[in-house]
Amino acid sequence: MAGTPIVIVGAGQGGMQVAASLREAGFDGPLTLVGAEPHPPYDRPPLSKRYLNGEADAAALALRTPEFYQTQNIDLRTGTRAVGIDRAHRVVVLDSGAALLYERLVLATGSIPRCLPVPGADHSDVLVLRTLAEARSLRDRLAEPRRVAVIGAGFTGLEVAAAARTAGHEVTVIEALDRVLARAVSAPVSRHVTRLHRGRGVSILFGRRVEAIEGDPDGPLRGVRLAGGENVPADLVVVGIGVLPDTALAESAGLAVADGVVVDEYLRTSDPAIHAIGDCALFPSPYAADPLRLESVQNAVDQAKCVAQYIAGDGLAAQPYRAVPWFWTDQYSDKIQIAGITTGHDRVEVLGEQEQGRFSVSCFRGDRLVGVESINRPAEHIKARRQLAATGDLAGAR
Amino acid sequence: MPHITYLRADGTSDTVDVPLGTSVMRGAVREGVAGIVAECGGAGMCGTCHIFLPEHERVARGITPIHPLEDEVLEITSTPRRATSRLGCQLAVTEQCDGLTVELPEHQVLP
Repeated sequence: MAGTPIVIVGAGQGGMQVAASLREAGFDGPLTLVGAEPHPPYDRPPLSKRYLNGEADAAALALRTPEFYQTQNIDLRTGTRAVGIDRAHRVVVLDSGAALLYERLVLATGSIPRCLPVPGADHSDVLVLRTLAEARSLRDRLAEPRRVAVIGAGFTGLEVAAAARTAGHEVTVIEALDRVLARAVSAPVSRHVTRLHRGRGVSILFGRRVEAIEGDPDGPLRGVRLAGGENVPADLVVVGIGVLPDTALAESAGLAVADGVVVDEYLRTSDPAIHAIGDCALFPSPYAADPLRLESVQNAVDQAKCVAQYIAGDGLAAQPYRAVPWFWTDQYSDKIQIAGITTGHDRVEVLGEQEQGRFSVSCFRGDRLVGVESINRPAEHIKARRQLAATGDLAGAR
Repeated sequence: MPHITYLRADGTSDTVDVPLGTSVMRGAVREGVAGIVAECGGAGMCGTCHIFLPEHERVARGITPIHPLEDEVLEITSTPRRATSRLGCQLAVTEQCDGLTVELPEHQVLP
């Protein structure tokens, strides 16, 4: 494999991990890592947690030292976007005009926040939170007292709400569905998280649709107008309504794309020389009935390691991707951890002390235990993960 | 900037600069030091940044004492827990950490 150039498009956690794991595996051919953001690869989850509340600065988020890329011979190109792939000639074209030859290409292009398609959503005090630049913008605005409206009670929206409320801002969360984290957690966990927020004075409104953001285009933002005439006064809006996979490059190159770049169990796209991983990849999983996308650090990192192993071995003795999905969110000082994929569960069992805020929820689909949510019980979470890894389901983990 | 030495079970070690406030885990991982895995990236929920730090050293170096949730995770590390076990991701490096050596366990993940 010596001399075989590998190009990785996307310098987030997934892309960086492919590069690091390839070198760890002894691959010593040319390795280029291209990232559109003007920063070396950094840890994204803290952007809505300890970076936002000021505990960590940007330098603390870097996943590796600058010297790491030099000593590992990783050609890291930041602030550069790939604009096209010539698959016939195996060339990636960058916006700088540079053309990178590849023997194998890995797409780790991540995801893009959904925009709120309502009038006024382009006001400068309506923010999304995905990148370090956006987090910096939000953090700067939170340096003064604000009335914050968070649109969307998903993980990111609620972490922002927690950080803002802890800093003393007035916070209202506006959610279209009837509970928080509806896509991702069971009803008991939704209730617990809602109690956590309301107990600290966050206002949460359910079943509300946003009609418009009101304010002067060059002046202050005034508030959020909801369907039915209700008005939420606010001078800062954070939109957390989910993300879309960044598939533009794959699509323009003629690769199979659906809700993500379509890959097989070896994370190969419809072109065998190209892999896709992380937030942008739609992959088959033994833990879900249908192909899925997972927006998590675990998925990005584990898929990266899988692809690095594939490439380092040139596809021989390759392992299909079977890593156990897991996820976490910090809500104030509570640790909420999820093992497995609980979507589509039809029954739950709660164990532990719900009143004390230390409990688990086992989620079943029919007879099959498909996931466990742990609230402040990290050892139990880890055991559930190990059990799922060993047996493919969680029978016996309780 | 404090220099920290990471001493592996096989006797080899790496000494690296770790910025103040960075965790003992991150100090190793950012430099590519072998022996710390940190699967969860520092969320205190994987047990794969397991290290050994004697209590007298912890106190002398101004490092925070153990927290109940950290204690719980240390019960299920792959290398069995010792009295000196800590999770590297929970230990922020201080000025007094210059010259500190942390011992790493035989393995972070079951082989």
